[in-house]
Amino acid sequence: MKRPEQMQRLGIILGLFLVVVVTRFFLLPESWISAKPHQAAKVVREMAKPVHYAGMATCRECHQEEYDTKLGGFHRTIGCENCHGPAAAHVANKDDKAATPPKHRNREFCLGCHGFVASRPNGFPQVDGQKHKPGKRCVSCHDPHDPKPDEAPQDCGGCHGLIARTKAMSTHAELACTECHQAPEQHLVEPRSACPTKPQGREACARCHDTASTDPAAASSRVDFSSHGRTYVCWECHYAHLPEGPK
Amino acid sequence: MNKREFLKDAIIFFPAAGVCGALAAQAAGNDPATAAPKATPGYDPTDHWYGMGVDVDKCIGCNRCVEACKTENNVPEEPFFFRTWIERYSIHADGEVKVECISTKTPEQRLAEQDQPVDPDVLRTFFVPKLCNQCAHPPCVQVCPVGATFQTKDGVVLVDEKRCIGCRYCIQACPYGARYLNPLTKTADKCTFCYHRITKGLLPACVEVCPTEARIFGDLKGKADRLVRFQRENMISVLKPDLNTEPKALYANLDGEVR
Repeated sequence: MKRPEQMQRLGIILGLFLVVVVTRFFLLPESWISAKPHQAAKVVREMAKPVHYAGMATCRECHQEEYDTKLGGFHRTIGCENCHGPAAAHVANKDDKAATPPKHRNREFCLGCHGFVASRPNGFPQVDGQKHKPGKRCVSCHDPHDPKPDEAPQDCGGCHGLIARTKAMSTHAELACTECHQAPEQHLVEPRSACPTKPQGREACARCHDTASTDPAAASSRVDFSSHGRTYVCWECHYAHLPEGPK
Repeated sequence: MNKREFLKDAIIFFPAAGVCGALAAQAAGNDPATAAPKATPGYDPTDHWYGMGVDVDKCIGCNRCVEACKTENNVPEEPFFFRTWIERYSIHADGEVKVECISTKTPEQRLAEQDQPVDPDVLRTFFVPKLCNQCAHPPCVQVCPVGATFQTKDGVVLVDEKRCIGCRYCIQACPYGARYLNPLTKTADKCTFCYHRITKGLLPACVEVCPTEARIFGDLKGKADRLVRFQRENMISVLKPDLNTEPKALYANLDGEVR
């Protein structure tokens, strides 16, 4: 029996459709069609990459003593591999001399963090590399695992470098920090646990800057505190460490 | 066989051979996508949603994180390829904001910049660590024409270097400038939160070496996680919040001038 011609054409179209569907959903591998299998494979490849930094917990397994020393000092937040470099190769083979983590003894290494840079946060210990014991290695006085200043620093500029340097070029250069701030003894040992005092009211400035004052140093900068600035405290408009710009 | 017959047969032969070849490869287990080894046992990516906290007030600009990142991830040494980098912001009295990348400098150059006299014209100056923000809605993933860059179930954006065609669309699309074209592989590359470390329970290399804990790494799904506590205890800002990328790099004490 001869099928009608239109049925033949329909048959060809249906057949092609079936071939495409079967090929797309059953024959072709998923990775030809979707990026998902490639992404899953990438995740596995990424997880298998080698580790170079072993982590402080691994260092502790053998170097407990150094870890304990560090835990009691100012360097407690610093991971071992910050100074000693990546140590995974050393962990894998302790006898490999080439992989032994370096001990930096040079001054420049310490100054990389502890040299004065204005952008560093207030309170971070910074020395002037040219003035502080020039030529001497830091480790000859300070134990890097438990660094301590030789004596509690008398000069606030050791940690408050930016403020000290700013004040030094202002009209307030001659004033000691203690003129306005009192630092408790505890502040020198645990800086954040006991903060120095700050002036609370206008009286601190009025001591020198009120018209009633007789201090000769502030003779040119006196105002009448009963009318000037009214309810504001002085440091809302004036920066006490650099009043009215550099002198 | 004449030319017409040859061409007719060829039309059938080549697709059929391709399908048969792929089937054979799949049967033999050689398919590049499915033949890969299985992931770390016991690690379920759906349990995590990683993020990083950055306390700008603690960064001392020592550049150690950048060096550690380059070592850990084989980032090219040239000083213009970075997965993470440090910027110095200087806000001047006349309102001008200067931004410079200190990571492009050599250690000697950075040492020479120390002990400089204070510029009274600068109101405020500080360091800002930058990295891939691992956005919850990453614009770089949207634009990839071949699906090479994608977000994992634990919230890290990765690049499949075997699928990437190096078209640089993602580098253009990233609002944070966090991507670069790796000159060795000629594909896009970026911070992975050290995916090979965090899935083993280690910290990312930059967090491991940060001396002042300016960087905090954690899991935003962990109720008692360090990062969750960091989020609770600080005023958190993100970079370019108006783009609705929902970054997972969370900044504390961030100056409003930082872009």
